[in-house]
Amino acid sequence: MNLRRDVFQAIADPTRRAILLLVASQAMTAGAIAANFDTARPTVSKHLQILTECELLGQEQNGREIYYHLNPQKMKEIADFIEPFRKMWDDRFNKLESIMKKYKPKK
Amino acid sequence: MEKKTKITAEEGKQDLVITREFDLPVALLFKAHVEAEIFEEWMSHEYGTTKVKKLEARRHGSWRFETTDAQGNMLFGANGVIHEFVENQKITRTFEMENTPFPVQIEYLEFEQLTEDTCRLKMQIVYKSVEYRDQHLKMPFEYGMNMAHNRLQDVLSKLK
Repeated sequence: MNLRRDVFQAIADPTRRAILLLVASQAMTAGAIAANFDTARPTVSKHLQILTECELLGQEQNGREIYYHLNPQKMKEIADFIEPFRKMWDDRFNKLESIMKKYKPKK
Repeated sequence: MEKKTKITAEEGKQDLVITREFDLPVALLFKAHVEAEIFEEWMSHEYGTTKVKKLEARRHGSWRFETTDAQGNMLFGANGVIHEFVENQKITRTFEMENTPFPVQIEYLEFEQLTEDTCRLKMQIVYKSVEYRDQHLKMPFEYGMNMAHNRLQDVLSKLK
């Protein structure tokens, strides 16, 4: 699986998109980010890990704390606009296919 | 078999082509485009429910659908007329996005049987200009980011 594909899987999740929006204005620690969500802290950590792995977030050590910041270069790559459009149709068609498969009489 | 949905949008052209192969007999793929209940199901998503207001599946018939959020607010509406209608083969229709500055688009849908159980859909969308095509391509990304933003605001307002 290539990296590019991972990036789009990363932003397919609403919580992860919300995290990106949060850190867009300022670098934040995992704790400060987690404080903005109802979800459990380990869940937020997992999201941060995914976002970091696909380079949407960068980490910076500041004393004992690790700050997460947005990687604008990677975000720009996402803005390469065809992929979200393709993904939208792919999701629709995947759904169509699974719905219509149920229509098919068993062989 | 390559099943992924492919988009071809050549630079500087005012159309784009969406192609996709399905593990379905062509008649079922066609049915999913002309039966309101089925169309509503695959066009609905986590943020919105699609309702078909009108779907006259015939030559010179017209169609209209709406997508609303959980609170019943209209997120998206579209309508158009059908120009060509050949069962299990093709649909040519116009597509107008309501409450947007987008001019009407023309969509050519070609349904092709590959084997008894597989088929292909080719959908060509023609826009009024290159700029409108490019703008339409960008919409899902902007939409996704807006949705994330709304969600974030929901979360924040609960904390108050």
